[in-house]
Amino acid sequence: MFLFPDPVGRFFHRMASPPHFYALTDKLMPWLVGIFLILLVGGLYGGLYLAPPDYQQGDSYRIIYIHVPSAWMSLFIYIVMAMAGAVGLIWRIKLAEIVAISSASVGASFTFIALVTGSLWGKPMWGAWWVWDARLTSELILLFLYLGVIGLYNAIDDKRTASKAVAILALVGVVNIPIIHYSVEWWNTLHQGPTVTKMDKPSIHVSMLVPLLTMAVAFKFYYVIAMLQRARLELLQRERTAAWVKKMVTEQQP
Amino acid sequence: MKPARRQRLILIALMVIGIGTAVGFALKSFNENLMYFFSTTDVMAGKAPNDALFRLGGMVVKGSVQRPGNGLTVHFTLTDFSKEVAVEYTGILPDLFREGQGIVANGKLDSRGVFVAEEVLAKHDENYMPPEVKASLKQQVEGKYPPPLI
Repeated sequence: MFLFPDPVGRFFHRMASPPHFYALTDKLMPWLVGIFLILLVGGLYGGLYLAPPDYQQGDSYRIIYIHVPSAWMSLFIYIVMAMAGAVGLIWRIKLAEIVAISSASVGASFTFIALVTGSLWGKPMWGAWWVWDARLTSELILLFLYLGVIGLYNAIDDKRTASKAVAILALVGVVNIPIIHYSVEWWNTLHQGPTVTKMDKPSIHVSMLVPLLTMAVAFKFYYVIAMLQRARLELLQRERTAAWVKKMVTEQQP
Repeated sequence: MKPARRQRLILIALMVIGIGTAVGFALKSFNENLMYFFSTTDVMAGKAPNDALFRLGGMVVKGSVQRPGNGLTVHFTLTDFSKEVAVEYTGILPDLFREGQGIVANGKLDSRGVFVAEEVLAKHDENYMPPEVKASLKQQVEGKYPPPLI
């Protein structure tokens, strides 16, 4: 590993060992859930109660506290999934394959939430539930990519082969990520341009921005929790004949 | 890095770059079709179709919204700050429709050169702020009132 300093390399090497990963995530889980709940309650209280109403949309704009973090997560999780898939392909690390497939359904859920909340907001504000502009269409394609990844994985019985196929599909779909992000700048769209993720100063008042960022971090924690739970289950299923699983099961049953 | 791994890494990088380039060229050639609406300048330049439905986007000119009669018919002018197009629409307007707001209308041009809309969608801008901030910004821009003393 010439890319990383030695301690980082050792950390990843240890993490890649299934028994160590299983034990460590078990210990981390209560902390992750605790931080997530604090951030979620804080973010929702700030967004739905403390933040002032918008000058044009009144209280309707508050859907951004769900919609925007979900949309960010849909892109973020896809990138994580594709990178884990690539690591799995190149280094043949079993855990990377598991992280990739465990991310897919969480990412698909966030994409679905982003599409549905956007649609609910679009009807009163734009006057339409759905329009085929570049942003909405590319986000819908992202949902289909996630569903394709999940479907392909379940269609192949040998899970190591399935992981390779899924990683290639995920990597092909990566091209959609910059398209979604820049769609509102490259083409005329009905969807508005970026508010926070641009080079310029965010065009949102700071009293509204702080709860939004809190929710974004809370959603990141939720993703880690949901992905790790799925990964642990997938790991147990794949390693059901391994010695460490047998030892763990026999030790727990007195 | 072992040679086999390096080879796989290069293969994957080439695949992603290749697909990116291909999709980039495809999107470039379909650029016109990916535009959700025509601007008013496009319409004045005759780029928009004559008999078919198309979408027209622009800002509603301040003071141009008129309601002749008691019905739902409304007349207004759209601009992209260079050319203006007159629009006629009968129906319910979305919440965010107001003067100075960006909108997208779906319809066609009639023989008078007026755009007869069948559907009007409001385009929201990317600015979020409390009403008080908007009010003080407006005062500062208009210069009629001194900036508020906090």
